[in-house]
Amino acid sequence: MHEMIVAQYLLAQITDEAVKQNARPVAAKISCGKLNAVNDEVLCFAFEAIAKDTLCRDVKLEIEHKPLQAKCKDCNQIFNVEFSKPQCKKCESRDFELLPDAPLILEEIEFQTEKNHEKNKN
Amino acid sequence: MKKIKIEKKILSENQRCSIENKSFLAERNKLCLNMISSPGSGKTTILVRTITELQGRIKIGVIEGDVQTDIDAERIRATEAPVVQINTEGACHLSAVQIKKALKKLPVDDLDLILIENVGNLVCPSAFELGEAGKVVVLSVAEGDDKPAKYPAIFAKSKALLINKTDLLGHVDFDIERAKTDARRLNKTIEIFPVSAKTGQGMADWYDWLTKTLKRTNSQQ
Repeated sequence: MHEMIVAQYLLAQITDEAVKQNARPVAAKISCGKLNAVNDEVLCFAFEAIAKDTLCRDVKLEIEHKPLQAKCKDCNQIFNVEFSKPQCKKCESRDFELLPDAPLILEEIEFQTEKNHEKNKN
Repeated sequence: MKKIKIEKKILSENQRCSIENKSFLAERNKLCLNMISSPGSGKTTILVRTITELQGRIKIGVIEGDVQTDIDAERIRATEAPVVQINTEGACHLSAVQIKKALKKLPVDDLDLILIENVGNLVCPSAFELGEAGKVVVLSVAEGDDKPAKYPAIFAKSKALLINKTDLLGHVDFDIERAKTDARRLNKTIEIFPVSAKTGQGMADWYDWLTKTLKRTNSQQ
């Protein structure tokens, strides 16, 4: 459900940048951690719904999920946590400390340049 | 095509506000906990019992989050503890800016502990920091022992887990050991308290933990 609020923040940030660049945004890359509870489909749907009548209407979202990492307390190995079997990849210990989950980040925005704008017209 | 690097936190506004709340509370040496659970797990009953039984020992203030109504705030008000109700009007979680406003309405300087009762939801509230010192997740036995495995984020992020409604254990299929094991898979240090806020069973351990955590907050100054 909170994807709608994420979509609203996203729309505001992309719009700000589009005005600054004076260009039409066509894609945006987002990254987030495993514990962020962002569902890709819901976020894309929410974004599409609120961006429909704005200058962000053509923006396609690309969402990258970063793995959740942990540090083994027995052998200090840093490893990606698998939810189905959370244990150290090296020594199989289940005694580990979760490292901070990657936050929701707007990584980059792709804008249409005049040139390919012309190309699209033709 | 032209690509512009942004690399900015999408929820930076919430983040910024939660840090402000955190410093506001730290400057005043106040402990604030964010209580998260599904609807109907018994958060308000836990709060009412906690406030009543700790009266004279710990001064507690409450921020109530609900989609609608002030039913919960009324229950807290009956204990004479200060309470602020937030209605999210549809939103599935509390956000830091709402807490910032609510903290202004609470007599913070007269309190030891501020408990935030988040909107009933095991998913979304876990993604929004409010400025709390820690999260406390509540799971009632009627919900099923598979919830820590199904909703790992909130169990991974919480400092304590209250397994509530243990008075119903004979009537529902809930394996406490399974819930505990699953909750600890991603969070070895989570404190687990099986309680019945209705009968009072197990609540003393939770009060001990609150008292200890409070002492730690006070000695941090």
